[in-house]
Amino acid sequence: MRLRLVKKQTAFDFFEKWKLWLGVSALLVVLSIASTVTQGLNFGIDFKGGTTIRAESSTPIDVAAYRQAIEPLALGDVSIAEVFDPSFRGDQHVAQIRIQAQDGQEAVASDVVAQLESALRNIAPDIRFPSVESVGPKVSGELIKSAVLAVVIAIAVVLIYIWLRFEWQFALGAVGALVHDVILTIGIFSALQIKFDLAIIAALLTIVGYSLNDTVVVFDRVRENLRRYKKKDLSDVLNLSINETLSRTVMTSVTTLLALISLFVLGGDVIRGFVFAMIWGVMVGTYSSVFVASSTLLRLGVKRDWSKPSNTDGNQFANIDA
Amino acid sequence: MLHIEGWKRVVIWATCALGLLFALPNGFYGQVESYNDAQDAGQEATGWASFLPSGLVNLGLDLRGGAHLLGEVKLEEVYTTRLEGFWPEVRNALREERTTIGAIRQQEGGAGELVVRIGNPEQMDRAIEVVQTLARPVASLTGGMTDDIVVSALGNNLIVTLSEAEQLATDDRTMAQSLEIIRRRVDEAGTREPTIQRQGKDRILIQVPGLGSAQELKDLIGVPALLTFQTVVGRSSNPNGAAGVGNELLPAADNPDLYYILERTPVVTGEELTDAQPSFDQNGRPAVNFRFNTSGARKFGQYTTDHVGDPFAIVLDDEVISAPVIEVPITGGSGIITGNFDVAESTRLATLLRAGSLPASLEFLEERTVGPELGQDSIDAGKIACLVGFAAVLIFMFLSYGTFGIFANIALLINVGLMFGLLSMIGATLTLPGIAGIVLTIGMAVDANVLVFERIREELKTAKGPARAIELGYEKALSAIVDANITTFLTAAILFIMGAGPVKGFAVTLGLGIITSVFTAIFVTRAMVVIWFERRKPKTLEV
Repeated sequence: MRLRLVKKQTAFDFFEKWKLWLGVSALLVVLSIASTVTQGLNFGIDFKGGTTIRAESSTPIDVAAYRQAIEPLALGDVSIAEVFDPSFRGDQHVAQIRIQAQDGQEAVASDVVAQLESALRNIAPDIRFPSVESVGPKVSGELIKSAVLAVVIAIAVVLIYIWLRFEWQFALGAVGALVHDVILTIGIFSALQIKFDLAIIAALLTIVGYSLNDTVVVFDRVRENLRRYKKKDLSDVLNLSINETLSRTVMTSVTTLLALISLFVLGGDVIRGFVFAMIWGVMVGTYSSVFVASSTLLRLGVKRDWSKPSNTDGNQFANIDA
Repeated sequence: MLHIEGWKRVVIWATCALGLLFALPNGFYGQVESYNDAQDAGQEATGWASFLPSGLVNLGLDLRGGAHLLGEVKLEEVYTTRLEGFWPEVRNALREERTTIGAIRQQEGGAGELVVRIGNPEQMDRAIEVVQTLARPVASLTGGMTDDIVVSALGNNLIVTLSEAEQLATDDRTMAQSLEIIRRRVDEAGTREPTIQRQGKDRILIQVPGLGSAQELKDLIGVPALLTFQTVVGRSSNPNGAAGVGNELLPAADNPDLYYILERTPVVTGEELTDAQPSFDQNGRPAVNFRFNTSGARKFGQYTTDHVGDPFAIVLDDEVISAPVIEVPITGGSGIITGNFDVAESTRLATLLRAGSLPASLEFLEERTVGPELGQDSIDAGKIACLVGFAAVLIFMFLSYGTFGIFANIALLINVGLMFGLLSMIGATLTLPGIAGIVLTIGMAVDANVLVFERIREELKTAKGPARAIELGYEKALSAIVDANITTFLTAAILFIMGAGPVKGFAVTLGLGIITSVFTAIFVTRAMVVIWFERRKPKTLEV
């Protein structure tokens, strides 16, 4: 007996409520943009400049006392947050302290950090500082630029590749889904005010890759079925293709999520934000490849005459053999 | 027919074996690391068989702990210094023409400018002509030759700047020199496997594993360490006092109210030192012993012979460390620097003097320190997460596909082995996001197998028998596998090109993971399925 997440034969109509799905997606996109515009992103020092210090002590962290100790140093905007993680030992209390970039300085001067460390030592004598990171405004500005550029280039390259391998309608459908995923991921980081740093950009690009992976698998089947069923309505062909690949879509999402969730729970607090972005992205990406990419393709319509170039049976890689 | 030729089987299994062989050292990390260290040190290395590969996956700073600095070299400083050194030549040339162009006088110029006031401004053209003859040719960008200086006029002033081609050549030299000096200083401090790289036009990335703090690293490389011996003209308590032409006013290192007026041109510089060692003076206070090279020794000997009874200043980075009076001529070529040092400072000063001075100062744009214990925590957490995620995927695949699930699982194990093999082979660096990349690959690697298995299931409904279904399953799933993985690989490649630091590490594991997972899915799993099929020859098939 096999474990089956999806029944052997499915015949869901994914486009029956396409207006609803596209509506939901559009609404989420609008909300994401609104949240990002109004409350912004909680940029980490990679993008904003400044210093983060990780402090560890065996005595419980008293955020108010920490704040009081740091206040006289007049460092401007200081944020202190306690960090919790199941992997911490019982007497391991961790706080994350962030200082804004100081005026007229690139990397925050070490004497500022030293002052802060000694101020904290007064209230928690055994305090240790396992990590101190400081990024100057010059570098952070460049990092933002190259991060945005990376995402844009990735999407453009994908657009071109799919255009070459499929048709422009497919490319637009896939890219629509990608943009949707990226915006929704940025949106949830804004809505929940989770720290947005360089690693999140890596997560965004991975989401782009993953979502695309899903979309391409569906599209590949659509292309095949378009050749096979020349008379069928496009919406029927799309539905059939999604249903045929549904089992695979769900299987792959589940295995990927299994791995990611274990990393989320057990992987420590340092990369939790990164893993959260990927979990969210896998879910959104799976949804979007079915609903957004295919619905877009349905609206755009496709060329139905695939007869000419198909001299190999099925596809151009059919001759590759193990 | 469902068949793989013999030689292809050999290639497939040999590739797997080779990959796993290269991955092997990582299973004995500590052992192999000490083996490699011993070998690097030229000692008798034990603990690891010499015929086995000994490449390891490097651990990034976020996993191993250490200091990371990104510094920007102030390239323009060198222009100013160059032009400063050019002044005597310009002066001599213009003096010969005194009768036509009148008296000349050096003016305060902006950065990268040498400004000379000309007595008879109407003769400016002649003055420009004279200075222009001092120009030397340099190779320009376009391949031709251009002059190294540009001479222009502004009112009564003649302005000399470096030409663009000369600036570029100077920049390259400055960067090469800075890298070399930083490397020497870091090596002198005896740290292991530092990374020192030029980034872009004027930046240097320095990563030193195992160092306690970025501050320690900054102390070592953040100062120019320019040592000069200069003639003392006078003393002053006024920090804004006039020093006079050709002189400069510098503060005393150990007394905030004392300033020295010094001749700007040094007698000897630290460039001419051959050795410097920490030591103690006759009163038992920490000091630094130094030794000049032959020409330095001759200059210093001559100077001290001519100036017995006069004070001279030992200047380090624009601060007067001490200004002793010359009691006897120092002709032996060695001497001692005393000052307000403690032992650590004198040791550091000696190190800096041995390594040489930086041609320009460094500004730090980014600094990160990760303690080794935090890195170890991350490794431990990452290991557990990998194992649990791995186990979950293995169980899930078995439950879903039975025998074929086991094939996929073996392929997945080989896949992770191959990834580590590749990472070790190319000497890649594993970072925390890189571990996430591995975990993600574990999840996604089964995708290609899932695609094939699902396709086989479909084909079983229509095809004529299991052999044909398996064959068609592989054949038809291939285009989806290839397209899907090429697009993901493209994003990994972009991430690698655009990303910095740990993100790059993530891109590497993700990209390699894609290559190995496609290989294992379409070759390794297939080979296993075919062998199984040949042995069992099942009439029906359940996938």
